[in-house]
Amino acid sequence: MKKKMPRWFYQLASPKWFYEFTSALLPWFSAAAILLLVTGTIWGLVFAPADYQQGNSFRIIYIHVPASILAQSCYVMMAVAGAIGLIWKMKIAHVVAGACAPIGASIAVMSLATGAIWGKPTWGAWWVWDARLTSMLVLLFLYIGVIALNSAFENKASADKATAILSLVGLVNIPIIKYSVEWWNTLHQPATFTVTAKPAMPPEMWLPLLVMVLGFYCFFAVILMSRARVEVLQREKRTDWVKKVIQNY
Amino acid sequence: MGYFSSVTDFLQMGTHGLYVWLSYGIALVIFIYNIFSAYWLKRQYFINAKRRLRREQGTV
Repeated sequence: MKKKMPRWFYQLASPKWFYEFTSALLPWFSAAAILLLVTGTIWGLVFAPADYQQGNSFRIIYIHVPASILAQSCYVMMAVAGAIGLIWKMKIAHVVAGACAPIGASIAVMSLATGAIWGKPTWGAWWVWDARLTSMLVLLFLYIGVIALNSAFENKASADKATAILSLVGLVNIPIIKYSVEWWNTLHQPATFTVTAKPAMPPEMWLPLLVMVLGFYCFFAVILMSRARVEVLQREKRTDWVKKVIQNY
Repeated sequence: MGYFSSVTDFLQMGTHGLYVWLSYGIALVIFIYNIFSAYWLKRQYFINAKRRLRREQGTV
């Protein structure tokens, strides 16, 4: 028994509707991203108090945690979009999944790099082969694998399918990253934000962090939409509405 | 100035200036890279698409 999907689901599947809808969203997300990131950075760098143990190196948290959260959410989004594309044969979903990969890879690099830099003054080492760090490195390799696989096919439909399957298989790494700090003995500290408990740090420390996390998400939305829009135009280049867009550009 | 007693104090971040500024620098570079690559993608698309469209219309 197949249930009918709501109307917006089919609308979203229309490339033209997607293009117009994201045109309307882009300025709002851009403004929000700038506002949140500037506020969060100044708040975190200048006004948040230093950690009593880690001193000022603690301020790296305002980059490292949002980057790590985003790198993982982006992966989940890529896999879910790929699954939607596979199940409902929705091309837009594949477009979105394809746009996720390069952004996610760059953000995973940010997470690993800032983590290494934070590790030096805190643990005394740039890198340790610890469960959290290793599983995060695997996430980066998965992104690179998805990008490489996607570009290995001449045929777009085969590339879409293959990358969707690879991202779905790689999804198993996400809970491993999440629980790595609980399952194994690790140097890495546990999560700052959890759904069930209040953060262990005072509000003047975690509020700017929350602002940064939201800012990272808005930034991601802006870049994702921009990349997906170009891909939509590329795939629909034979249609009349795309020709009109090109002429008016 | 916020939590810090002076601008020098802020720039030095206690003894962690190098680590903090390096992290924020890397983040900035990756942000700029993302903005620039998305912009570049769009620019290249429209340059090529306009050329193709002109060529197609020229032959009709």
